Amino acid sequence: MSGPFRRRARGALLAGLLLSACTVEKAPQTAATPEASFAPMKAPLGQVAGMRRLTEAQYRNSIADIFGPDIKVAGRFEPIVRPVHELIATGASASTISPAGLEQFDAMARNIAAQVFAEDRRSQFMPCTPRDAAAPDADCAARTLMPIGRYLFRRPMTQEEIGAFVMMAGKGAGDGQGFYDGMQLALAAMLVSPQFLYIIESAEPDPEAAGSLRLDNYARAARLSYLLWNTTPNEALLRAADEGRLTDPAQLAAIAQKMVRSPRLEDGVRAFFADMLLFEKFDEMAKDQIVYPRFNPDVASALSEQMLRMIVDQLVTRQGDYRELFTTRRTFINRALGPLYQAKVSSMQGWVPYEFGDGDDRAGLLGQAGFLALYSHSGRSSPTLRGRAIRELLLCQPVPNPPGNVNFTAVQDVGNKAMPTARIRLNAHNSDPVCAACHKITDPLGLPLERFDGIGAFRRTENDAPIDTAGVFEGTAFQGNVGLGQALAASKSTTECVAGRAFQYATGRMPEDEEATAMALEQGFAADGYRIQALFLRVATMADAYRVSTPPLPKPQVAMMTSPHIREGDRP
Amino acid sequence: MSFTLDRRTALRGMVNGMAVAVGLPLLDIFLDGNGTAMAATGAPMPIRFGTWFWGLGVNPPRWFPSAAGKDYELKVELASIEALKHKVNILGDFTLPLDGKPNLPHISGGIGIRTGIAIDSDRGLPGPSFDVSIGDVIGTRTRFRSIELSATGDPRNSLSGRGNGNLNPAEVSPAALYTRLFGAGFHDPNSATFTPDPAVMARRSVLSGVTDQRQALEARLGAADRQRLDQYFTSLRQLENQLDVQLTKPAPMQACVVPPKVPDLPVNAEIENVMRNHEIMTDLLVMAMACDNVRLFNMNFNNGASSLTRVGSTITHHQLTHEEVLDNRLGYQPEVTFYVDKCMEAWTYFIKAMDAVKEGDRTLLDNSLVFAHSETEFAKFHTIDNIPMMTAGSAGGRIHTGQYITGDGSPVSRVGLTLQQAMGVPVDRWGTGSLETNKIIPGLIV
Repeated sequence: MSGPFRRRARGALLAGLLLSACTVEKAPQTAATPEASFAPMKAPLGQVAGMRRLTEAQYRNSIADIFGPDIKVAGRFEPIVRPVHELIATGASASTISPAGLEQFDAMARNIAAQVFAEDRRSQFMPCTPRDAAAPDADCAARTLMPIGRYLFRRPMTQEEIGAFVMMAGKGAGDGQGFYDGMQLALAAMLVSPQFLYIIESAEPDPEAAGSLRLDNYARAARLSYLLWNTTPNEALLRAADEGRLTDPAQLAAIAQKMVRSPRLEDGVRAFFADMLLFEKFDEMAKDQIVYPRFNPDVASALSEQMLRMIVDQLVTRQGDYRELFTTRRTFINRALGPLYQAKVSSMQGWVPYEFGDGDDRAGLLGQAGFLALYSHSGRSSPTLRGRAIRELLLCQPVPNPPGNVNFTAVQDVGNKAMPTARIRLNAHNSDPVCAACHKITDPLGLPLERFDGIGAFRRTENDAPIDTAGVFEGTAFQGNVGLGQALAASKSTTECVAGRAFQYATGRMPEDEEATAMALEQGFAADGYRIQALFLRVATMADAYRVSTPPLPKPQVAMMTSPHIREGDRP
Repeated sequence: MSFTLDRRTALRGMVNGMAVAVGLPLLDIFLDGNGTAMAATGAPMPIRFGTWFWGLGVNPPRWFPSAAGKDYELKVELASIEALKHKVNILGDFTLPLDGKPNLPHISGGIGIRTGIAIDSDRGLPGPSFDVSIGDVIGTRTRFRSIELSATGDPRNSLSGRGNGNLNPAEVSPAALYTRLFGAGFHDPNSATFTPDPAVMARRSVLSGVTDQRQALEARLGAADRQRLDQYFTSLRQLENQLDVQLTKPAPMQACVVPPKVPDLPVNAEIENVMRNHEIMTDLLVMAMACDNVRLFNMNFNNGASSLTRVGSTITHHQLTHEEVLDNRLGYQPEVTFYVDKCMEAWTYFIKAMDAVKEGDRTLLDNSLVFAHSETEFAKFHTIDNIPMMTAGSAGGRIHTGQYITGDGSPVSRVGLTLQQAMGVPVDRWGTGSLETNKIIPGLIV
């Protein structure tokens, strides 16, 4: 091990960058930041209160923020299993890493490490040059790896960890490979470490409540960062954690407030809605080319982006009311989507704002082709799938699965001239009371969307018969998508649902299990005029979200890393 | 080794395009008198295990033989296996008791068969699938512990894993599969020379460095997270093993020929693409086994609630099973049955590809045990008793073949238990609740 690491004076530049200049926060903070101060962890590491696997987006964002957006992350990510009616964020709290998944993480890690220490790039990440590029240099290795490790592990490394990774770098350099090969190896090891692949939330004794625990400063930094920005804590947050400011409610609130106002909130909001609206289903969506000649891979990939742009515009850019997400006529289109919406977009324009006309039935989230296409069959629309998605995703009202033995005789024949529309076919189908029970829940919300076909294109007729778009929700009758959007906007269930999801997203806990907390959150959301920033801010600063219910460990905590000389292997 | 070189050169000429099913015998000189062990080392020929999954079942009267026993009758939906009938067992009339839990359509069946557990809500596999337990016995000495594949393009399309949210994700792209199997890191087992790759040695030391972090982390963990971390470190240990294998000179495998590169092809649920991707993936997998780079696999032809489609159709295979009229004259759904036939056609391709690789006087299929199953009996009604299942291959003589075996209503966990025992897993009781059993299927094991 090289000599002691001296804590350097804090740079004024960084301190300023921290929390005031919102506009520059969009720029990545790399480990090469020259003025940053780094020291090994002094306090012992606390008890682990939660472990969440990084999602693919979080991994990519973290690498881009730490090493710069020009570092390519090439590989296949092991998917995180989504528990039924829950979020991928909650699945991540139970997810582990399979051998095949780790093989991929290992390949990605080697690839990233090779890019970081490539000749043309390495100087960005190194505060020193090795004495001899062909030999190990423990001091330079330590000075390089410490700041990188602090970003990757979202806390300073312990002295033992630094020692271990420096030793790895030395061993890798030793076989005539040279200093930089050793550095690559050490970095690759950090990138496959569970300390990086899992967001490890650690706890400390709560001085306010004897005998209980609370999330420590670094866990809070990660919580804020992944919740609000979907990425790794930046220098500002880590600094706040270094200084113990995140366990102070007032300072935590001030920091969270600035984060919520940052343009980077856009990334957090995108990730939240992509999770809440099951966007992974876009990867599997298949449409029949013969039935829908206008559908192609460009259209497919634009659909989810359109929805996210519209969500971000309404909720973040305009700081609008969440309820208006179901009624707004504003969206964005690009050239690929032009034909679908019968709008002209020149190839030069990219994504452009677009507003639907007053007489148009398009409005709100449900009028977006992405939603309409995702909840349709490969060759036709589905009022039942759409209605079920609205119930489950937007109202948090799970719909039971169909009974095992279903008689579909009435709905099956889509070409039947006697039953030209989905409504007529479904009505016939629902003469069976077993089916009718659920279809009463789903269909009145899906049938109003029938003027949009299986890829979300507008139509007036089905099999030459006019389409009836009447619907009913919570006792109110309405017409078409516009009416449906207004009904959803007026419903308490809509806003309660998103508030509950935000709670679940941030804490991994189910709102149903903690009614008082969830109710307070919903009331706050209403008081804030249903602004999503305010909701996220409340979730990020709820004292309750930082309490730790984990029972204490049976044995004393040890924060030592085993000596790198002792070979593991006797464990199964 | 000039002889080998010439032979291999000749082979390359024969292997045109994707089809790499190699009919060349393992030369006797490399084997002992019976063709069951390598003469050079005396080591027994490796025995492989794998699963082959297809979704949405069959039309039972058109698929299951009428009577149990040897030399069973082939019904029309199984006609394509005719040539290999003597190497295939059909398994029927096993049940999946749910102990009052709901039948989660397209989920309960496949997971029940693989884990011996009736799940009550879908949070992924509730426990380890039995292929993983078999892999712990047979998969530790190869470059890959197991290979999971999905021909329909969804990496979540997998029924293999250790439970607790752990799922072995499936490879979906034939081109990526090629790179993984035969790209960097592949050693031709028949090459005369072997030089351990310093980069592999370095990676090996890196991973043991990560392993060293285990105790420090474990001391801080509660029980639930410790279990998850154990699984992470099990995966890490496995990766270390794979690297150890790469640092050892492989035993010669005479049927091993490096296949030509695979182009990037469309990956989606369109049936003709799925058929093609399945064939290419099969050929690559079979060659990886012939090269002894892997001994365990899980091939998923389509998914549980099958999303297969075909050009010009407005709905998927799954939706068809529910909505298509049961043709009164035919007694089945013709559109659905198109997909059933495709599934069985693909299955036949798979076992034929395995059987085309000669290992002494046996074939790769003979030296393997392949377990094929669906997740439903008759998909229109989500029935989960009498789910169609098959085995192919005799596992090097450990399994009787060529019979139709019925479970007479006994729990399907008997199948998982029997297959585990046949592959050497020390387990005498398996499954939970009504699926717990200690009764193997006696007619199956030699």
